[in-house]
Amino acid sequence: MSKESSDNGNWKNWLSRQWAKIVTNRKLLPVLLVIGLLLSFAIPQFGLLNQYIVLILIYVGINIILSTSLNLVNGYMGEFSVGHAGFMAVGAYISAILTTKIIPDSLAPWLFPLVVFAGGTGAALIGLMVAIPSFKTRGDYLAIVTLAFLMIVKSLIENIEVIGGPRGIPGITRLTTLPWTFIWVVIAVWVIRNFVYSKFGRGVLSIREDEIASDLMSVNSRQVKMLTFVISSFFAGVAGALFAHILQFISPRVFDIIKSTDILIMVYLGGIGSIAGSILGALIFTILLEVLRPLGMWRMVLMPLVLVVLMIYRPRGIMGLREFRWFVPGYDLIATNLWRKKKEAKDVSTS
Amino acid sequence: MFLQAKGVTHYFGGLCAVSDFNLNLKPNELIGIIGPNGAGKTTIFNLITGVYKATKGSITIDGIELVGKTPNQITGLGIARTFQNIRLFKDLTVLDNVRIANYSQSKYNPIEALFHTGRYDGEERRIANHAMDLLAVFKLQDYADEASKNLPYGLQRRLEIARALATHPKILLLDEPAAGMNPNEIGQLMEFIGWIRKEFGLTVILIEHQMRLVMGICERIKVLDFGATLAEGLPVEIQNNPKVMEAYLGEGGDL
Amino acid sequence: MTYILQQGLNSLQLGSIYALIALGYTMVYGILTMINFAHGDLFMVGAFLCFLAATFLHLPFVPTLLIAMIGVALIGVVIERFAYKPLRQAPRVSAIITALGVGIFLENFTLVFAPYPQHVPTLIKNTTWVIGGVSVSSLQLIIIALSLVLMVLLDFIVRKTMVGMAMRAISWDKTIVPLMGIPLNLVISATFAIGTSLGGAAGVMYALAFPVIDPYMGIMIGWKAFIAAVVGGIGNIRGAMIGGFILGGVEILVAAFLPSTYRDFVAFTLLLILLIFRPYGILGKPRPQKV
Repeated sequence: MSKESSDNGNWKNWLSRQWAKIVTNRKLLPVLLVIGLLLSFAIPQFGLLNQYIVLILIYVGINIILSTSLNLVNGYMGEFSVGHAGFMAVGAYISAILTTKIIPDSLAPWLFPLVVFAGGTGAALIGLMVAIPSFKTRGDYLAIVTLAFLMIVKSLIENIEVIGGPRGIPGITRLTTLPWTFIWVVIAVWVIRNFVYSKFGRGVLSIREDEIASDLMSVNSRQVKMLTFVISSFFAGVAGALFAHILQFISPRVFDIIKSTDILIMVYLGGIGSIAGSILGALIFTILLEVLRPLGMWRMVLMPLVLVVLMIYRPRGIMGLREFRWFVPGYDLIATNLWRKKKEAKDVSTS
Repeated sequence: MFLQAKGVTHYFGGLCAVSDFNLNLKPNELIGIIGPNGAGKTTIFNLITGVYKATKGSITIDGIELVGKTPNQITGLGIARTFQNIRLFKDLTVLDNVRIANYSQSKYNPIEALFHTGRYDGEERRIANHAMDLLAVFKLQDYADEASKNLPYGLQRRLEIARALATHPKILLLDEPAAGMNPNEIGQLMEFIGWIRKEFGLTVILIEHQMRLVMGICERIKVLDFGATLAEGLPVEIQNNPKVMEAYLGEGGDL
Repeated sequence: MTYILQQGLNSLQLGSIYALIALGYTMVYGILTMINFAHGDLFMVGAFLCFLAATFLHLPFVPTLLIAMIGVALIGVVIERFAYKPLRQAPRVSAIITALGVGIFLENFTLVFAPYPQHVPTLIKNTTWVIGGVSVSSLQLIIIALSLVLMVLLDFIVRKTMVGMAMRAISWDKTIVPLMGIPLNLVISATFAIGTSLGGAAGVMYALAFPVIDPYMGIMIGWKAFIAAVVGGIGNIRGAMIGGFILGGVEILVAAFLPSTYRDFVAFTLLLILLIFRPYGILGKPRPQKV
């Protein structure tokens, strides 16, 4: 009995040691990325997984881009934007107009990365406009501004006949593939991580903690807010472009407040102020919804209950304000230790 | 003249919080501002640092007008401050609290930040080392990775001063640094303020209620009451000024 | 002229419904500084309770209204106790997300039992009079009159009763008030009960005026009523009433003079413009930041 339990304990210890080794081994990360990229090509090429699962994987990827980018504004900066679906709509419409009306079909697959980039850029420009009210308004009132923005975007699209008005744009070519999704996810996560671990990212955090103190500590909060909104909306636009080219049909109704709510849930489920959390939130949300599909309509009754219970026990989400080591730049992890070692060396040499 | 305030007046709605405040600060001076609660002391700090915009008057540093500038611009010109109620970035680490104050000292642009290229690496190293050096000066280096809200009260006060110094100020505004301290700690604080002033070549303006601290280290004192300047002079002069005694203790009082 | 009068009457009807819902948002915000995003869905539940009572119990108008108000109030209190109360010390956003979750739960729970839009039976015999070219229906008059009665009642409760005084005290300072011997939890429950019951009443009136109801009806109307509360100055009860009528008026007027698809566009653009000039709403006051 006692032997058995100690064996069990050893085994657990061994496992946790191995796990610690894996997560601290940073050389593994590029290896995994290459394997991931190869897999993303191989899976559709050789039919390793069925079409349905590939589709789910693409949605997971798009949702990761959405939740990570929204986390920048809602989690890291501590605002409450409900307008993410609006930026998504801008990206989706710009890209869909490009591929259905302007770029010839034969060229479209080759130009797709540029099309997605254009969608993101358009959304980023709009994001810059939304950043301006954020200079003066905070909290609930900024939430209203983003809501109004979402409604205005939706209403404008409904009223422009050239782009299909309320009927939307049908017949979009399916250009979003697994490799493209993977690449865009990596770009989004990498760029957002880089931003977070820079002076601007620390500025974002300080605005969340105490905006007045942050300003008085020389942080240029306007610059920081503009950058944050631009990056966040750029990737929302990217996700929208990818989304349009997998759904193959977009209309204003696709990008309503319910879509924004879904993204909000992913962010707060996974955890605010955490990239790992956003990825986890998108994964759990997307996969859980599919796994629970047999429950039929009860699935959407169960999901919000899970969320409510989670909020009670973990008000900041699963990973709230914590980060998985792989997403922290190497230098940031060891900066204090490096300094200590250098200082010790200096102390020794002087004494 | 170094820092100069001329006829600074500020209204909250109809209420006059500060009226006709004048100040001529020389380099390396240490002056104190005292006065009863609600006399407008903190408001003066808020006016100097740009949190509020003065209704009337002008504040200049080396001849540059500060009224109308944003707080981060003013901090960039070399004025840093602490707060009456500690305002650290509570959920962030001690190191990050100090690194944030290096915002304007970090010389890289958004593009370099997004792709971690160019000057990013070198600057990040420089900033982290500078922040750690500064923490070491304040004997906070062992807490660098700790969330600042977990520090004991006294260390939080120290961290706030360290953070202010990270902005490379010429002038440091201390808003009631001795609040909540016992006499023993106040003694240490007096030495400490004197020391950082010399070490960092600072000019200091101090708001304080603790008379022992103010009288002990300030070279010049300004007394405010209901927003107006009641008296100004050397500590000894202030101690024997009947108007000041009256404001503090009522008529016939004795300080 | 008669056209304008007609539209004015329609705006009053829509505005009074918005105002009643906006009151629920504002009351909860005033006391907990929390946006109860489930409130729009409680409005929907009110409409469905009205449908159930009228269809299956064959009750007349007044008992139906009471059932809906009491039912929604009970649900509101239960939600507060189990979902929001544990989060009072948590970051504000957690409570907002919980509220969104509760709202989605209510929508989909209702959807399970009512997958198709339901038709609410006629509870009030609707007679229409034409006065000087303006057609006035008895239903319209009842909705407007009843809303006004409820609002006056609420104003009275908040301003003149002990509960109301406790509510106003708590909205000033949540930590001090319990030390004065005021039962914090009870007052918060009362606030939820009153606020949500007004939402329930609005649900009944909406179901009578527009008798086809579905589980998602609360989303857009809820958000709009929230905007009405913000326009008036969130946390301010009279502001919520004014905001509700303004929003109703704007929507009806835009629909009257422009294609109806422009309704949301104009309404939200006006909202943005208003927030630029009055960032804290019409009656709201900024809470000064102490430095």
